[in-house]
Amino acid sequence: MKVLLRNPRRDLEIEGPKRVSALLSELGVRRESVLVIRGDTLVPHDGLLQDDDQVEIRPVISGGA
Amino acid sequence: MARTCRRCRATDVVIELRRHNASFCKECFRHHVREQVRRAIDDFDMLVPGERVLVAVSGGKDSLALWDILLDLGYEADGLYLGLGIGEYSDSSGEATRTFAARRQARLVEIDLPTDHGFDIPTAAAVTKRVPCSACGLSKRHLFNSAARDGGYAVVATGHNLDDEAAVLLGNVLRWDADYLGRQQPVLPATDGFVRKVKPLVRLDEREMAAYCVLSGIDYIVEECPNAVGNKHLGYKEALNVIEDQSPGSKNSFYFGFLARAADRFNQDTAADQGALVACASCGSPTTGTVCAFCKLVEKVVQV
Ligand code: SF4
Ligand SMILES: [Zn+2]
Ligand SMILES: [Zn+2]
Repeated sequence: MKVLLRNPRRDLEIEGPKRVSALLSELGVRRESVLVIRGDTLVPHDGLLQDDDQVEIRPVISGGA
Repeated sequence: MARTCRRCRATDVVIELRRHNASFCKECFRHHVREQVRRAIDDFDMLVPGERVLVAVSGGKDSLALWDILLDLGYEADGLYLGLGIGEYSDSSGEATRTFAARRQARLVEIDLPTDHGFDIPTAAAVTKRVPCSACGLSKRHLFNSAARDGGYAVVATGHNLDDEAAVLLGNVLRWDADYLGRQQPVLPATDGFVRKVKPLVRLDEREMAAYCVLSGIDYIVEECPNAVGNKHLGYKEALNVIEDQSPGSKNSFYFGFLARAADRFNQDTAADQGALVACASCGSPTTGTVCAFCKLVEKVVQV
């Protein structure tokens, strides 16, 4: 699957199928600090991602004071 | 955790919220977010139904979601966008804000620092030799208030969420800054020359706000202001998130426990701290000096 990471923007190619939880721990990302977006919706923590999926892992923490 | 929506029992769950020990489908999650805003507004008497509200919008997730929700809740909510002149960031955030306003057919008021006041934030930072956020925060506070007064709005709403407020609280507590602790409220009532300020998102965290935007089709800017990188505020947020990860609900009880059981104790410090206010000789805004801090900044920055 194609995985888009932000800030900085980069693309990864990761083999599926894979659970969101497994993908996030593989990437060392804390689950509460991101959303996993597929199309126009969100994939929950135990959702299964397929090999031909395109997903974005979007950070949700912003720093503006 | 049960794999069905807490509200409608559907199985197409899109998000789980550990703090609430709940999962939601798309529509019920959006309902949950609106309800949290409605509750914050009610609990803290933030807004009067039908009142005209000026929403400070930056193009980011929190302020656009706030504007969207206030419109859905039936408030007459107009947006105020402040162009800060911070390169690419300002270009794309202005763009996202205008696109949203057009889609919702909402009224957007724009103030552009370079065009309307003759300077931008990077220049102000260079001239004053302080971090950009200092001139930026000062300009925002001043211009949000004066725009609201000039436009006949009784209240300015900002998109500060639970993470923002908990991080600010942590910073204030680490320094035992009694003055700031006394003023850290989700509602600041109107005083002479200052309109009321409200934070209707205090019951929602950042992840909920970002999720609300994605699920509502709101195209916000994900890229940060370049000046936010590595600031203290972010460090406090990260520290709190490590704690939250271990015990969900910590941020919520930290912030709301403070409001319920500790905030009152700092009010006297704040009251004693305020000098008498007079009108700024240059712009008429309330100030303790002859000229307000914003006009002083303009004077310093524009003549170079
Ligand atoms: S990070 Fe600092 S400079 Fe950037 S918008 Fe926020 S307050 Fe302004
Ligand atoms: Zn539901
Ligand atoms: Zn002034």
